[in-house]
Amino acid sequence: MFPTPIQKQSRTAQLTYQSLLPLALIMWLLPLLAVMLFSIRPLADFTNGNYWGVPSSFEFFNNYGRVFFESDMPRYLWNSLLITVPTVIGAVALSCMTGFALGIYRFRGNLLIFFMFIAGNFVPFQILMVPVRDLTVSAGLYDTKLGLVLFHIAFQTGFCTLFMRNFIRALPYELIEAARVEGVAEWRIFWFVVLPLMRPAIAALSVLIFTFIWNDYFWAVVLTQGPDAQPVTAGITSFNSQFVAQYHLMSAGSIVAAIPPVAMFFLMQRHFIAGLTLGAVK
Amino acid sequence: MADMSHTWMRRNRMTITPLLFLLPGMLFFAAYVIIPIFQSFNISLYEWDGLGEATFVGLRNYEELATDRAFEISLWNNVKWLLLYLLAIPAGLFIALFLNQTVTGIRLYKSLFFFPFVISQVVVGLVFSWFYLPNDGLFDIISGWFGIDVRGGVLGNPNTATYGIIAAGLWPQTAYCMILYLTGLNAVDPEQVEAGRLDGAKGWRMLWHVILPQLRPATFIAFVVTIIGALRSFDLISIMTNGGPFGSTRVLSFYMFEKALSEYGFRMGYGSAIAVVLFFIMLFFIAYFLWSMYRDERAARR
Repeated sequence: MFPTPIQKQSRTAQLTYQSLLPLALIMWLLPLLAVMLFSIRPLADFTNGNYWGVPSSFEFFNNYGRVFFESDMPRYLWNSLLITVPTVIGAVALSCMTGFALGIYRFRGNLLIFFMFIAGNFVPFQILMVPVRDLTVSAGLYDTKLGLVLFHIAFQTGFCTLFMRNFIRALPYELIEAARVEGVAEWRIFWFVVLPLMRPAIAALSVLIFTFIWNDYFWAVVLTQGPDAQPVTAGITSFNSQFVAQYHLMSAGSIVAAIPPVAMFFLMQRHFIAGLTLGAVK
Repeated sequence: MADMSHTWMRRNRMTITPLLFLLPGMLFFAAYVIIPIFQSFNISLYEWDGLGEATFVGLRNYEELATDRAFEISLWNNVKWLLLYLLAIPAGLFIALFLNQTVTGIRLYKSLFFFPFVISQVVVGLVFSWFYLPNDGLFDIISGWFGIDVRGGVLGNPNTATYGIIAAGLWPQTAYCMILYLTGLNAVDPEQVEAGRLDGAKGWRMLWHVILPQLRPATFIAFVVTIIGALRSFDLISIMTNGGPFGSTRVLSFYMFEKALSEYGFRMGYGSAIAVVLFFIMLFFIAYFLWSMYRDERAARR
């Protein structure tokens, strides 16, 4: 193990390490802790210039209550959910199929198609912006959740295919050969042999895509406007213009907007990290 | 007749099955990703407001780019982003080495250090713009202890604004690199480390000669995601400064959006020309990534 385990070092080194850990963490999360502190302050603290002292009163329920009951925040959150969940389902479903095709079969152009998915996944969003916006407008889907969902599914299929194909490649190929010898139809091999083995990959991808899409801002701005379809990342800017300079509400709003992917991460941590670090170990 | 087609299907099932499985994904991907790339190339040769008739202007948009001062600033800022963003890799490695211990509660520490990556860039941008508030912001207070006073606040000063945003971007990116390296360190071969110790390798020498070579896959991915992330920077700029002050924090991705979609004028053709330039910068890296993946792919086949 590298570096040398702290247990094998002197008592002083151990104590230093133990005390450095929380200190480093506080420094690392300082900007975030500051915002949490902001979000429980009363407005008076900011007008009096008391940004960093002890809050003059504890306004957690008041501030967060106003975020939920006096703004469009719940609608934005709901929109985010209605955009994110169908995208996850669509992208994972499509990429299970593409990943299966590219991972199991040998045919001409296999690697070419695979690399096309990877390359497409890396292109700058701006080169897609004008045509995709046009396509969405002409399909009558501008400023709808469906318009965003369709684009997200298509774009995420690139990354998901990379992920699924590499995962399927690592499965024991003998299983599929054995099924073929038995005369099992190809689609049944997909459904009954490969798909059940892909469960960990599906779980990992789902949490990852959930976070990516929930946090998307660029496409939300390009393809939607107003509280009917906008997700929370774009909605927070109008939220902030509603409560200009009211830092206690703006910070409470940001924390609310950030919570769902954070909760997802803590609940599904193992899958999340497994997905994110795929390929980091050979 | 039905029987004949059935046997034909059976004989060619190894070609037809993958084709059918690929079809929906490929159609979607082609319609929303592949074809739009070429459409953007085409649009960049037109002057078009997005609604009326488009007029063909040939390469005039690109000629205009050559003398556009704002484009030049954006391009330079992209270079700054690209170079400074790479700091996330050594920083992530440093934190990963710091946290790669087995003491009580270390798992929670690792998750909390990773935390910034899970938050949306919009929220990171807001958090940092409050952190940088002139006079009352934590940054100004702390830097004040050292006698540093940034005129107009970090984000209000054209000389510091871009660096302030990059620092905000480095926060989640470092967390990402850290998690890659933590996973990599987990898989480091203990026997090789022991062998290195017997040979008297310690500290830096051990890291450089024994550990880093084993972390190569993690480093490769860290490079890929960091470079792509640097060139994709948009959210933070839009949230923190909206390109200002005086356009000093624009990058190509943001400038393109401004030209094509914001109140600065719906110049789809000119915007697309900027996007094409950005695309070719990106393509240079994408080609390199694909090439190394292709090498691995061929090595794996043998």
